[in-house]
Amino acid sequence: MAKSWKDWEKPVLELDETIRKLQAIVDKETDPERKTELSERVQDYMRRRDAYLETRYSRLGPWEKVLIARAETRPYTLDYINALCEDFVELEGDRRFAADHAIVGGPALMDGRRVMVVGHQKGRNIQERSYRNFGMAKPEGYRKAIRLFEMAERFRMPVITFVDTPAADPGVESESRGISEAIAAAMLSMFELTVPTVSTVIGEGGSGGAIGIAVANHVMMQEHAVYSVIPPEGCAAILWRAAEKGAQAAAALQLTSDSALKFGLVEEVLPEPFGGAHRDPLEAAQTVGRAIMASLERQDKLSGAELKAERAARFRRMGAYAESAVAAVLAES
Amino acid sequence: MPFGKASSGVAPGAFLPCSNCRKTIFAAEFEANLRVCPYCGHHHRLTWQQRVDVVFDEGSFVELDTDLRSGDPLHFPDYAEKHAQAMQRTKMRDSVVSGRATLMGMPVSTAISDFHFMGGSMGSVAGEKITRAIERGAHEGIPAIVFCASGGARMQEGLLSLMQMAKTTAAVEACRSAGVPYIAVFTDPTMAGVLASYASIADVIVSEPRALIGFAGARVSKQAQVSKVPDDFQTAEFLLSHGMLDKIIERKNLRTNLASLCRLLGGHLAAVEATRG
Ligand SMILES: [Zn+2]
Repeated sequence: MAKSWKDWEKPVLELDETIRKLQAIVDKETDPERKTELSERVQDYMRRRDAYLETRYSRLGPWEKVLIARAETRPYTLDYINALCEDFVELEGDRRFAADHAIVGGPALMDGRRVMVVGHQKGRNIQERSYRNFGMAKPEGYRKAIRLFEMAERFRMPVITFVDTPAADPGVESESRGISEAIAAAMLSMFELTVPTVSTVIGEGGSGGAIGIAVANHVMMQEHAVYSVIPPEGCAAILWRAAEKGAQAAAALQLTSDSALKFGLVEEVLPEPFGGAHRDPLEAAQTVGRAIMASLERQDKLSGAELKAERAARFRRMGAYAESAVAAVLAES
Repeated sequence: MPFGKASSGVAPGAFLPCSNCRKTIFAAEFEANLRVCPYCGHHHRLTWQQRVDVVFDEGSFVELDTDLRSGDPLHFPDYAEKHAQAMQRTKMRDSVVSGRATLMGMPVSTAISDFHFMGGSMGSVAGEKITRAIERGAHEGIPAIVFCASGGARMQEGLLSLMQMAKTTAAVEACRSAGVPYIAVFTDPTMAGVLASYASIADVIVSEPRALIGFAGARVSKQAQVSKVPDDFQTAEFLLSHGMLDKIIERKNLRTNLASLCRLLGGHLAAVEATRG
């Protein structure tokens, strides 16, 4: 069982480094014949790298997707906001208790449209991770989100959310200030909206912490993102009393984007650049941006009441059960 | 009030130890006391039938949605077996029973979680029954009362279980829009995905004493914690003192308190008004 995405990314990074060094030599080379010869070698390395990426990324298992979804090189919410928004003013206050840096949000201009953006934010190094609390929001984060949802409603702005959290913060402080109520109230607030809503799972869709800001008319997942009712390690700890069996649990939980699509729990899976979103964050952002705009265009045709009803109906039909007197009797006989 | 008819299987002359204080209680006394320990006041868990007996008018409960059957959409390891065993043991089809009843004459819609069925976990069937019970209240203009007893979302149904959090929340939104009161009763335990969805956004939230209530498993919370964990952490009393609960109600007073709430908050509803003698 792989422990990090680096386990299989290492050959890629090595080839990347070789290519970079060789390319630098090519750039300086003045002898045309030698330059051509070296260029061909660069091309050859690139082909080898791409072939490896192709085979590796076309058959990623659920656990490997978990690791990629958690990778610190993966683009985060603010990377998408920076790539997609011409203007963005982050609003930090929850007006209740504290600023929560695990959820960011504010009004933005996306492709010329006024939107309200809200998303989980992780950190890349030790300081950032601590500042962002590993992307685990406390009640204040969800209460800030509610405040922004309500503002979007008042000013008729579509709500765009980015989901990327391992879980909501499970600490004593969060319990004391009602983390459960904050998540439930955030969902309720999204159900009340009469403006268009789009949510995209860009990394880890970690249980309650994720769904708290993912109650949208249109929900999308990036190809290598994961969305789960419980972290695979937690599931393994309960089932087999062995957290290290995360890979097995990831497979059992079917937390990948294609499974979510198969069960009708997301509308769309967004293809990622060759080798994952981190290989080309800009291209990844453009794909996400185009899909958001396409959905807004569709939702623009609906009235506020229709948008609200469509959103409720979307979640209302979710569930796997049978309902027939015969089936019930058979099962009990 | 008749109680425990369908339930314990303990002979009337027998006695048993309280799981909390370990003192010996006569079974007959235990049942007469609504399964609350006469010595330490510990509220022992109830089956759904016992809950019906404690709260609703005798013989008034009519179960609905009885044909809903769980699937195994993920073919999750051992789920089919565990589910079948739970059905056999509890004679329930899933962890929630929904229906209509009257409460001191007032018609109400209700859903009751039973912890004895796979820890009261919420999968597609439980989510659907809770949703229907709350919607029924909204559509029929009768108060909705939901009794929680659950470890959280049912992981064996994966993301479908997580979506039940949103689905039940949508039902609460419908109930609010309809101006119909929705009351949540927390019992031991009320946890995780259940607490973080329909349970926490009720118009009124009450709890039985000392019920375990929390978002994360206590182990996870304590691991995540540097400082000391309060002694009453994740109890009803802890939530009450932090403003997350409206009232702690002893089991023997639940019926009258819920009736008062329904009458006071639902007095504008025709169905409730009609019962005013
Ligand atoms: Zn006792």
